[in-house]
Amino acid sequence: MRHIAAADTGDDEGEGLLVRRIKNGTVIDHIDGGEALNVIRILGISGTTNEALSIATNVPSKHMGSTKDIVKISNRELSKEEVDRIALISPNATINIIRHFKVCEKQGVEIPTVIEGSVRCPNPGCITRTNEPIRTRFAVLPDGKGLRCLYCDSVITKDLTSYII
Amino acid sequence: MSSVEACSMAKGETLADTIRVVSGYADAIVIRHPKEGAARLAGEFATVPVINAGDGAGQHPSQTLLDLYTIRQSMKIDGIDVALVGDLRYGRTAHSLASALSLYGVRLHTISPPGLELPPALVGTLTAKGMEIIEHDTIEEVVKDLDVLYVTRVQRERFPDPASYFNVASSYRITPELLVGAKKHLIVLHPLPRVDEIDPRLDSSPHAKYFEQSKNGVPVRMAMLLDVMK
Repeated sequence: MRHIAAADTGDDEGEGLLVRRIKNGTVIDHIDGGEALNVIRILGISGTTNEALSIATNVPSKHMGSTKDIVKISNRELSKEEVDRIALISPNATINIIRHFKVCEKQGVEIPTVIEGSVRCPNPGCITRTNEPIRTRFAVLPDGKGLRCLYCDSVITKDLTSYII
Repeated sequence: MSSVEACSMAKGETLADTIRVVSGYADAIVIRHPKEGAARLAGEFATVPVINAGDGAGQHPSQTLLDLYTIRQSMKIDGIDVALVGDLRYGRTAHSLASALSLYGVRLHTISPPGLELPPALVGTLTAKGMEIIEHDTIEEVVKDLDVLYVTRVQRERFPDPASYFNVASSYRITPELLVGAKKHLIVLHPLPRVDEIDPRLDSSPHAKYFEQSKNGVPVRMAMLLDVMK
């Protein structure tokens, strides 16, 4: 089924929707093409959770100049921490909060200067890899191309998604 | 506390709790811990000053202060040529010293076995600050240019077998013959303990400053304690 131009879309190019409108929840639009499945993983949606989920991947996007992915999650509004996690792998994403089929909040994501509790330190000798009552904290490198552990100074520059908690 | 066995961590207590308890007993905490970042964690939970006395393969800042003091006794630190030799990947004294020397416009030379080079992340941080870092395969090729030769221990457990260790260790051994032609004011430092890295025949050389360096640990650490508790 193909639904065209609905209120919860991010279809600023008028290409229409490939997935059904949702009544309440979150639409994540302008995800970098091919990253939708990583976004799902970051959100902790494994298939065993209850959210109704729709995914469109590699949709042509004039706005992004290439392709984008879209994720719709029914009955779940993203927290700030979850938004931060998305920003790490898709800094162009936009978050739309949907209530009764209407977009009530729309915001872009920004990569914060510090990421807390979302990323595992790659260094097995780091104090954060123990049972201490602390959350991991990483500083985002100035060029946004990596993270530095604020406990042990280890740097992640590649394959960031594999370190997301 | 002299060891983990001597405190409640042996019973499973977290470091965070141990630090909170000891904060109630002491005016300052000096911590050496096998995990990187442990001192930073301790600093978050302590209500008294915390001094990092070594955190795993991370940092050893109090050693660096006495290293700087020892260098300063012989020469001005600005703009000199310093070589770090040995296990630079896991050697926390090398990490802290390299970071500190980046504040003085020092040209840093590194000589280490393959796989034990300075961590790339640290090299990136130092070069971003403008530090010039030059890697060498042998000490011989750079020794004549040096003002300070800082030697660290290559640990046996980093090698797959004893033969590999002895092969590498012998090629990084500092001997009186190696220093022929070096600058007259060159000083040789080592955080100690040494094993085979420095020939004992060098001990009587005017270049050898490692026991003086060790001795400097007393006043430098006294000064640190005084500073954090005043």
